[in-house]
Amino acid sequence: MIASGEFDTVFARARTERRAALIAYVVAGDPDRATTLAVIDALTAAGVDLIELGIPYGDPLADGPTIAAAAQRALGGGTKMADAIAIAAEARERGAAPILYFTYLNPIDRYGVERFAREAAASGAVGAIVPDVPLEELAAFGPPLRAAGLAIPLLIAPTTPPERAARIAEASSGFVYLVSRLGVTGARREPDVGWAAASVARLRPATALPLAVGFGISTPAHAAAVGAVADAVIVGSALIDAYAGSRGAEAARRAGAYARSLRDALPVRG
Amino acid sequence: MANLQLPDARGYFGRFGGVFVPEVLVEALAQLERATSEAFADPAFWAEMEILLRDYVGRPSPIYHAERLVDGPHAPIVFKREDTNHTGAHKINNTVGQALLARRMGKRRLIAETGAGQHGVATATIGAKLGMQVDVYMGEVDVERQALNVYLMKLLGASVHPVGSGTRTLKDATNEAFREWAARVEDTFYVIGSVVGAHPYPYLVREFQKVIGVEARAQVLERYGRLPSDVVACVGGGSNAMGIFRGFVDDSDVRLWGVEAAGHGLQAADTAASLNAGSVGVLHGSRSYVLQDDEGQVLDTHSVSAGLDYPGVGPEHAYLKDSGRAQYVAIDDAEALAAFHHTARREGIVPALESAHAIAFAQRLATERGPGGLVLVNLSGRGDKDVRTVAALDGENQP
Repeated sequence: MIASGEFDTVFARARTERRAALIAYVVAGDPDRATTLAVIDALTAAGVDLIELGIPYGDPLADGPTIAAAAQRALGGGTKMADAIAIAAEARERGAAPILYFTYLNPIDRYGVERFAREAAASGAVGAIVPDVPLEELAAFGPPLRAAGLAIPLLIAPTTPPERAARIAEASSGFVYLVSRLGVTGARREPDVGWAAASVARLRPATALPLAVGFGISTPAHAAAVGAVADAVIVGSALIDAYAGSRGAEAARRAGAYARSLRDALPVRG
Repeated sequence: MANLQLPDARGYFGRFGGVFVPEVLVEALAQLERATSEAFADPAFWAEMEILLRDYVGRPSPIYHAERLVDGPHAPIVFKREDTNHTGAHKINNTVGQALLARRMGKRRLIAETGAGQHGVATATIGAKLGMQVDVYMGEVDVERQALNVYLMKLLGASVHPVGSGTRTLKDATNEAFREWAARVEDTFYVIGSVVGAHPYPYLVREFQKVIGVEARAQVLERYGRLPSDVVACVGGGSNAMGIFRGFVDDSDVRLWGVEAAGHGLQAADTAASLNAGSVGVLHGSRSYVLQDDEGQVLDTHSVSAGLDYPGVGPEHAYLKDSGRAQYVAIDDAEALAAFHHTARREGIVPALESAHAIAFAQRLATERGPGGLVLVNLSGRGDKDVRTVAALDGENQP
C-alpha cells in the first residue's frame, strides 16, 4: 500500500518505463458502488497509474455534461461522502492503483474539513483536487489536508498568467494539473496539445512536480500527443462515456478496454 | 454595527463572499475587478451611465403613496416605483452598467442567466442598444412559466438557451452561464443579474443598484421631511434589496427588512428562503447562506415567483443578517398571491410576484408601526410577466 504523503511513488513506475503516467477519473457510485469497484479494478489491471475518484456533487461548475450526469446518477443512487470514502478504502484493500479524490468545496465544508482530511487519509488516498478553490482561497481547506499527509494538486488554465502559474506550481503538491483548453471537462472539445506542450516547457524549470494534462482527452491519439510532452495524461469524461449505461462486469470490461487503448498509446521516450 | 467599507480586498463581507471558481475564471475576475475600479473612478463612465439611466431607463423612478393598501390605523406605505423602469424592473439599472463595463473591456458578447426572465430581458435590451450579441441561459421550468419574457428576449435579438440539468431553474441556469463563460472567457462578458457570484460581482451589482436607495432617500426626505421607519424589499439573490438598503444602511434608525420567499413554508424542502432556512455554504463562487442538505448538496427550491426561486443569496445579505443591521423574514406563496391581487384591486398596480412578497410583509408592518411609522417598499418590478401564472393558479382562462 502506498501511504498517503508518498505521492511521488505514484509516478515511479511510469518514470521507470519512460512514459507518461495515466490518470483515470470515475465518479464514486456511478451508477452504483459495485460497478465503481469493478471499474477501478479493471482500470488498475489496464495499467492506470492513479485513479481520480469523483465524490459526486450536484452543481459541478468545472464539469461538463458527462461528469455532471454521472454525478447525478451517483447521487440518485444515494451515494454520500462516507460511501465514496468507503469505496476508496475497499478499492485500496483490493490492491487498486492509488486513489486521489476529486470534489468541490461545499461537500467537504459541510462534512467538516478536519473530518474529511482524517477519513480521506485513513482510506489510503493520496490527496484531493478541489477545482472551485483557487490559490487565494486555499486556506479554506488546505492546512488540515496537508497535516493529514494529503497532497493537493492545483490547476493551471490557459488563462492563467505566467507569473501566477509559477506561484500555483509552487503551492501545488502531488502534481500540477494543466487544463488543456478553455471551458469545463468533457470530450466534446479537443485538447490544445500545442498549449499543453508550451506550458509544460515553461513550467518545467519552476517546479520539480510532475506536470499532468487533462480536459478534452478522449482518444488514443490525444493520449499519444499529450503523453509525448507531459508527465501524466488525465482522462475523465470519455472514460465515463465508455461504460455509461452498463453495470458490473460489463462496465468493467468496457472501462478496462478503453483505458488499455489509451495506455498502449502512451509513447516510450527515447 | 455593519462595516460599510466592505467588501475587503479579497472580496469578503466579514466571513462571506470570496472567489470560489475554477482557475480558468480567476484571471477574468481579476480583469473585471481592475476594469471596475478604473471605470468607477472615471467621471466619464458615470456621466454616460447617468444619461442612459435618465433617457433610456427613465430614472429617477417615482415614489408613490399606496393609500388604499391597508385598512385601519397604519403607517403610510410608500412604493419606490422600479416597476416604471424601461423593461419593467430594477434589473436594467445593473445591465446598463455591466454592458458599459463590457464595452470598456472590449468584450463583444454578453451572456446572462435568468429566472423570471427580467434580467434576461434587461440584458437583451441593452445588448440590442449597444449592438452586442446576447446569449441567455434559462431553466426549462422557467422557460415554460415565463413564456412571454422568452419571446421578448428573442424579439430583442437575443438567443435563449433552455437549461435541462438539475432543477431546471435559476440555479442551473447560473451553473450553465458559468460554464459557458469558462469556455468563451476571452470574448464574453458574464452579466450576473444579482448581488451573487464571485467577487467583484456582489460589489459591482450593488454599486449599480444603489441608485434605487440614493434616489428613494432623497425623495422620501423631500416629501415627508423625515426618513422612513422601515425599508422593505424582497430577496432572492438580493439585488433590489441591496440597492435600496444601500441608501439607508448608514441611517441606524431605519430598519431594513429583507423578505424571502417561503414557498410552501419554511420547514419544507419547498422553500427558497436561504437566510431563514439555509446554512453557510459555497454556491456560485461565494460563501453565503445556502439551502443545502447534510451532505452539502444544494436543495431543490420552490417559490411561486421564478425570480426568488434560488437556493443562495448574496454574501452581503448574509453579512447584514449576521451583523444584525438587516432582518430577514419570509412570506409564503399564498400570502404573496394575496398581496398581488390586493395591490391590483386597491392601487391599480399589478406588482411582480417577487415584489408582492415585500408588499405582503409591508402591509403587516404598517399596521404594527401605526401612523407614526413610514414604510418604504421597493416595488422592484411590474407583474405583467406573472399574469399567466396567476391566472392558471386562479383557474382562469390564460390570456
